[in-house]
Formats: sequence, C-alpha cells, structure tokens
Amino acid sequence: MTRRPIRFYQVGSFAVGNRLLEDEERTVQSDAKRTNSIDSGHRACQGCGEALGARYALDAAMRATNGQLAVVNATGCLEVFSTPYPETSWRIAWLHSLFGNAPAVATGVAAAMRVKGRDVRVIGQAGDGGTVDIGFGALSGMFERNDDVLFICYDNEGYMNTGVQRSAATPPAARTATTEVVGPHPGNVFGQGKDLPRIAMAHDVSYVATATVADLHDLEAKVDKAMSLHGARYLHILVPCPLGWGSASSDTIHLARLAAESGLFPVFEAEHGVVTSVTPIRRRVRVEEYLRRQKRYAHLFATEPATDVIARLQAMADANVARYHLVNDETANSDLEA
Amino acid sequence: MDTPFAITLPVGTSRANHTGSWRVERPVYVDRLPPCNNACPAGENIQGWLYAAESGDYESAWRTLIEDNPLPAIMGRVCFHPCETTCNRVRVDEAVGINAVERFLGDTAIAHGWSLPGPGADTGTHVLVVGSGPAGLSATYHLRRLGHRVTLVDGAAQLGGMMRYGIPAYRLPRAVLDAEIARIIDLGVEVKLNHRVDDVEAERVEGHFDAVFLAVGAQIGRRVSVPAGDSSRIIDAVNFLHAVADDDPPLLGRRVVVYGGGDTAFDAARTAKRLGATDAVIVYRRNREKMPASAEEFEQALGEGVTMRWLSTVSSFEGDRLMVEKMALNADGFPEPTGEFEELDADALLLALGQDTDLSLLEGHPEVTIDHGVVQVAPSMMTGLAGVFAGGDATPADRTATVAVGHGKRAARGIDDYLNGRKTILPPKHDLAAFENLNTWYYADAPRTRRPELEKVRRQGTFDEVIQGLTEENALFEARRCMSCGNCFECDNCFGVCPDNAVVKLENNRYEFNYDFCKGCAICVAECPCGAIQMVPEKI
Ligand SMILES: Cc1cc2nc3c(=O)[nH]c(=O)nc-3n(C[C@H](O)[C@H](O)[C@H](O)COP(=O)(O)OP(=O)(O)OC[C@H]3O[C@@H](n4cnc5c(N)ncnc54)[C@H](O)[C@@H]3O)c2cc1C
Ligand SMILES: Cc1ncc(C[n+]2csc(CCOP(=O)(O)OP(=O)(O)O)c2C)c(N)n1
Ligand code: SF4
Ligand code: SF4
Ligand SMILES: [Mg+2]
Repeated sequence: MTRRPIRFYQVGSFAVGNRLLEDEERTVQSDAKRTNSIDSGHRACQGCGEALGARYALDAAMRATNGQLAVVNATGCLEVFSTPYPETSWRIAWLHSLFGNAPAVATGVAAAMRVKGRDVRVIGQAGDGGTVDIGFGALSGMFERNDDVLFICYDNEGYMNTGVQRSAATPPAARTATTEVVGPHPGNVFGQGKDLPRIAMAHDVSYVATATVADLHDLEAKVDKAMSLHGARYLHILVPCPLGWGSASSDTIHLARLAAESGLFPVFEAEHGVVTSVTPIRRRVRVEEYLRRQKRYAHLFATEPATDVIARLQAMADANVARYHLVNDETANSDLEA
Repeated sequence: MDTPFAITLPVGTSRANHTGSWRVERPVYVDRLPPCNNACPAGENIQGWLYAAESGDYESAWRTLIEDNPLPAIMGRVCFHPCETTCNRVRVDEAVGINAVERFLGDTAIAHGWSLPGPGADTGTHVLVVGSGPAGLSATYHLRRLGHRVTLVDGAAQLGGMMRYGIPAYRLPRAVLDAEIARIIDLGVEVKLNHRVDDVEAERVEGHFDAVFLAVGAQIGRRVSVPAGDSSRIIDAVNFLHAVADDDPPLLGRRVVVYGGGDTAFDAARTAKRLGATDAVIVYRRNREKMPASAEEFEQALGEGVTMRWLSTVSSFEGDRLMVEKMALNADGFPEPTGEFEELDADALLLALGQDTDLSLLEGHPEVTIDHGVVQVAPSMMTGLAGVFAGGDATPADRTATVAVGHGKRAARGIDDYLNGRKTILPPKHDLAAFENLNTWYYADAPRTRRPELEKVRRQGTFDEVIQGLTEENALFEARRCMSCGNCFECDNCFGVCPDNAVVKLENNRYEFNYDFCKGCAICVAECPCGAIQMVPEKI
C-alpha cells in the first residue's frame, strides 16, 4: 500500500499539508521550498490539470533525486505552454525534441549520463497522444530494452494542444473534434483504444502505476517508489483538461476524483506485471456524476438521455471495480485505523 | 541571448508573462462565521478554541473560550449546546462533541488553577449588579475586564442563582460551581449576600452607582389551583430544589408525582429518586414531541427509573389519591380534556409548571416596559430607565444559563458604551460558513466520542455526577473532528492545488495570492476543505 494510514482525524492524510503533521508526513507540495519545477507565467489554460500534474510529479522526483534529474518532453500542451520562445517555465533540466521520440531521447540522455559517470536520473514525459499513439513504438522499445527511465504520461484523453482530437486514450462516447456527435455516432466509439498501463505491464517492466491529480499523497508516493527503482518504469497520471472536456476550470481536481471514485479510472500499482496494490474507492459514485459535469458528454444528457450509452460506461466502471478489487469492504465506510 | 552551454532559455523567464491579466474573478481569503459560533448564545468563538485545542494547546484554547464565557466547566455540563445541533459535521457523520471538549477545557483550567485575565485599568465608575446567577456573574466578569468597579448583590445566602439553587449537584457538582465563581470574585468584586434589593432606584442613589445590571432571574414557581385536601403535600419544584441545595430537603414520601414537562420537572423527579422515592412519575399535558425538556435529560431520567404519564393533567389531590385526567391533542396540536380519569397513589406532588419573575424592584417607573412578565430591553440590554440594564431570565429570551451568560456580556458592553457616552453598535456578522461552502472529501470519517455515563446503580441514591468527562486523548480526538468551517486551518491545499503557483505560503503558515499570476481558475476555492476562500468579480 502506498497510502499511509490516517493519522489525524481532521484532514491530515487527505489534504496537501496540515499544521499538525510532522514535515516528513506532509506532501512535497506543502513545502514552501518545493522546486516549483514548472514556474508561474506558463500559458496553460485556467485550471489546467496537466500543468498541475507535471508540477506534482516532477517536484516529487526532484526531492527523490536530490535535484539530480533531467526531463525529456514530447510535443504537446505541456511543452507548448511552458516554452514559447524566448520564455521558459522550467526550473529543472528539461529538453524537448519531437512529438514522437521522447522515450528514445530519454533513453539517449540516460545513456549519456551513464557514460559520463554522472548519477543523474531521467524522466521522459508526454501527453496521451505522445505516449499511446505517436510515441508508442519508441516507448515500447524503451520498455523492452529496460532503459533506466521513468516515463510519465499525462493523460488528458485527447490531442488537446491541436484542438481536441481523438487519441487512443479518448474514452468511448466522448465528443472530440474528430469524434463529433453526428447521426448515429455518440462521440468516440466503444471497443477501441489502448490501455497503456496494462500494455506496459505486459512488457514486464519493474514498475507501473496510475495516479490522478486528486490524490496527491498517493501520486507522490508512487513517484518516490518509481525513483527508488531502476530500469524502465511507467507512471500514468489522469489530468483533466477543462478546455477539451468542457468542464469548469474549478472542477479539475474534483473530476479526477470522480473518475477514480466511479471506477472509470482505476488507481493501482504493479511490479513486474503483477498488480501489487490498489487505491480503494472511498465514496463510490455512479458514472453519471462524473460524466454530467463535462460538455464532451453533454449529448448523453440531452432531453432524451442516452441511458444505454451511460449503462455501457457504467459497465466499464464496474468491470474495473471487479478487475482491480477497488471496493474494499473494510475501508469502504471508515477511514479509521482498526 | 547569453546563456550557458546547451541552455537556450534562461530560468525564470516565464515570470515576465503576467497571466493574472486573464482573470475575470479573483480568489480572496475570507473568515466565514461557523454555524456553531453563530448558534452559541454566549457568543463563543467555538471554532477558534477548538482550533487551539486541536494542537493540544489547551491553555490557549481555554483563553480563547473565556474571552466570551468565564464559566466553561459549568457550561460544559449544563448547556443545551445549540452549537452541536447546527454543527456542519452533522451532515458528514455526527456533530462535534463541542460541549464535552468545553467541559474538558473548563476542568483542565480548574485542575491547573489557571486564572482569568486581570481586571482592566480602573475607570473610576461603579456598577451595581443585582443577582449572581449566570447573567450577573458574566456581567461582573466582563465589567471588571473593562475596568469598572462592581458590587454584586444577591438575596440568597450563596452565589450562583439557579446554577446553585435549581440545577442539581449530580449534573453540576458544587466544587465546579464554586471554583468558577471564585475565579470571577478574585478579579476584585464587592459581594453582598443575603441582600435583597427592593427598589432599584433607591439602591442606586444610596450607593452612588453609575449604572445597574438587573439579573434577578425567575424565582417564583408558577401555581395552578389543584383541589387538594389539607394533608396533601404540594410543593413548588423550585422551592424543593432550593431546599435540597440548602441541604434541608423536605420529606416527600415514597411515591412522588411531578407535574410539568420542562427540565425542572425532570430535575425534581430525579432528585426525588435520589432522596429515596421508589416511584417518581412525571405527569405532562402533552406528548413527547411537544415536551420542552432536553432529550438528554429525558433519556437519563428514564434510565434512572423515572416514569412518564403523557397527555395527562392533575385534577385533584386528596389524601394520597391523585386524580389525573387524560387529554387528547386536537387538530391544532393542543391538548383537550377527554373526561376520562385515572387514579394514582401519591405521597407528594411537585409543581414544575414554569417560573415567574419578581420585578417589584422596578415598580414606579412607567418608562420601564414589562411585557409577559419580563422587562423589555434595547439591543444594548438597557431598560427604559437610563443606566439600568437587565438580562437573563428576567428578560425576553430562552431561559437558559448560556443565554444568561451572553446577556451578561452584551450588557457589560452596553454599560461600557453608556458610561463612555457611546451609542451601542452591534458588530456586523460575517457570512455564514454553510455546509455548501465545504469540501468534505478531505475530512476523514471519525465518529464522535461519547462521554461515559455513571452506571445506573451508582446514581440511584447519590448525588455523584452522572456524566463523566473526556480523557485527554478523547478530547483531542473530538477537537480534531472540527472541520474549522469558514476559517483557514492551514492545510496547505490552496498552496498545493494552484496550477499556476499563484499562492504564496507565508512565514506564519498563512497564505497570500500572487495576483500577477493567478488566472482565476478557482480550484483553490473548490478544494479548500473549510470554505475560507471566495471568488469575487474583478473590476474590469
Ligand atoms: C431546575 C432548573 C434546571 C435548569 N437546568 C438548566 C440547564 O441544564 N441548562 C441551562 O442552560 N439552564 C438551565 N436552567 C435555567 C437556568 O438556570 C436559568 O436560565 C439561569 O440560571 C438564568 O440566569 P439568571 O442569571 O438570569 O438568573 P438566576 O440564575 O435565576 O439568578 C438570579 C439571582 O438573582 C437573585 N435575586 C433575585 N431577585 C433579587 C433581588 N430583588 N435582590 C437581590 N437578589 C435577587 C436570586 O437570588 C438569584 O441568585 C435550569 C433552571 C432550573 C430552575
Ligand atoms: C509529428 C507531429 N505530428 C503532429 C504534431 C502536432 N501536434 C502537436 S501537439 C499535438 C497533440 C498532443 O497531444 P497529447 O500528446 O495528448 O498532448 P496534450 O496536448 O493533449 O497534452 C499534435 C498533434 C506534431 N507536433 N508533430
Ligand atoms: S488545452 Fe487542456 S491540457 Fe492544454 S493547456 Fe489547456 S487545459 Fe491544459
Ligand atoms: S465542524 Fe467545527 S466549526 Fe464546523 S460547526 Fe462543527 S464545531 Fe463548528
Ligand atoms: Mg492529451
């Protein structure tokens, strides 16, 4: 289990910090001296989950590596909004090459560091398009060779930077610019797309985990764990995108939470292809509660609600709950330690 | 650009881009009024003292508490805690046990001998306080803190009013009462006991007082005419409790009937049981839903073997035969006689039908308005007679010790304003911290700690305290259940969740927005657990 037991009955274990907790029990984000890997002034949309997720993950990695970290970024929002020439928001060693080659470039950086005898750790990162689609060949190779890189996918479920096109991580029924709701097509089709965490597990890499921007303690613990290991590792973080999802900017964290609490986005970790722990659902919700807050699903809630489509999405959530044992009777109704 | 090898863009350059210009609304930190604070008749800053208690700093918790109420050990026992009824945590699991923590703080203060903050610099003015119940004691405390001299007079032999002569010792041990009263008197108060005031104006002139606070309570038990034989024992419940408090209990016999449905009825019945009554029956006109007594008193009384006769009135008491008539509620919910009678065996009948106020000391002053048997007062608590203030049971309000404490505080401030020639302006209230303002996801589930009850056997024949206090561990746990509604409690969420790093964490663990970069997404507002941030429109 990555989640620490509840220590204080107020907010100790869920909030970012808590004045009553020892410093080491607080998150990296609660530290006034955190790296702020990605600085203010970046041009991400209001409430961008990707900007937040990147800071969460990289600040934790900076702490875990004592600042000895290099990050390779694929093309995508995270790169575009952070580095419009001549400005950069990065306060860490960071480089960008192409949309499709970040895993390969990261492999190269790791090799260079090894040759130079420097103990610098490497992270490769990309959006879901850069990870599951165009960068997939390079990533699969990186996994297969077991290169010493942690690859992080910031999954906002579409090609957001170029105007919200479908990726292989776009969920069924979601409207995108390339899956418009026309005629009999209810947005993106069912039965396609890739589940990259499971594909990564199939490569038998040492560590695969999923996380969301809604559970910071969990996310940071996973970065820590990943950085404690060597070889190829993979972290898949759900980062809601207000622009592409048609959601309120204030809802970013709430939506990530609902994605996990509905079961649509299972939060777990696996070592060498075997699931070793799951973050149990604390207050289970039906998928409607999650879908309804996003305009990309607005067509499901028109005057004639698409109950059949909603039921298929609920079935996906239920299947995740069953597959990952997300509902744990002992934790379902109480946060207290036994 | 001149940058080191392989560095194409210098660190920090994005800060030239002031993304704050995108914003149409800005977040601001607010202090909202927690519902508990809003509901406390004594005006306590409950959230504030729980905040201090949460860190284990009980002394500063107690000091925050006594800013408003100098009697926490008493309140922690007898207050009906309307704060808990409105506590937002009710909608998460159960209310925070505010009252239990209050008692813990009060008891801890007594055990450590913490003293009240000293009196304020002498103002040279002298105030007469008539009546030493909670209203009079509270006014005395607040007046002393404001630097006014106080003479406290009471017709009774001891201080405390109904806290001593009404509320029985098994609910409020006298050692606790004495300790909290002594602390107030130690602030330098002239006390005159067995001193009944018959004419306020005469007393004021004679003593050269600059102002008077009347806190005479409601001492006279209300009577009804019950046709009764000469030998039948009918006693007012208040007189009965007063006599028990004086250690001179009247003989009641084994079968005692109490007539009434308020807390006094229950206190009388439970006291009768402790004095040896085998049967203590409460006869009440209406039903359980309509009964004014608190649910806790009711449960405890039943637990001690007190029995109830609902929907019944006493119609006569001859010898040891007490006749009750059955009532039925009409369509409007009022009890109406049915003509059906029943007989009870009774050795004594205690009347607990409410109390009236003796306001003869205000006679001859047409400018004083007395309505429904109580004195009307302005928001400053001043009566129609300039310089004469009143509060507590003698004025229109709920008759509880906590309301009386709140009146005492309000009157002290009103008197201070009056003596300084100021108009009393009540401070504006903050917006309420409604449940909808909270993000309860962040609060761990944690059901409430219950105060242990004395086992039933032990309370049959003794006046030992029934409800025990919390242990330190439990009190701390309970304090930490508080969600700090509407007031920042330093959880770092806003600092953590801002995608633009536009929240600055200050040295004192508080935060500030950097409006150069805040885009106005309002995630901080959504994720603040306690609702201490609000969006306000930008002036565009
Ligand atoms: C049996 C009983 C149980 C109660 N239980 C609770 C409870 O659990 N919780 C709660 O909150 N409230 C309870 N109450 C109500 C509470 O006690 C009163 O609301 C509160 O004491 C009123 O405070 P006070 O200061 O206005 O008057 P009091 O407490 O009645 O004090 C008035 C004082 O003024 C003195 N006095 C009166 N006239 C004169 C005069 N002319 N000259 C000099 N002195 C005078 C009296 O001797 C008395 O000491 C109870 C009341 C009773 C009767
Ligand atoms: C080879 C190539 N094809 C297309 C593009 C245009 N392009 C830039 S970013 C982007 C989408 C990125 O999507 P994703 O990786 O999911 O990142 P996001 O912007 O959603 O964070 C595309 C198609 C490109 N830069 N290079
Ligand atoms: S489009 Fe989406 S991912 Fe891109 S900056 Fe905006 S919110 Fe972030
Ligand atoms: S949770 Fe705390 S601040 Fe909120 S109403 Fe209850 S006691 Fe008051
Ligand atoms: Mg994407």
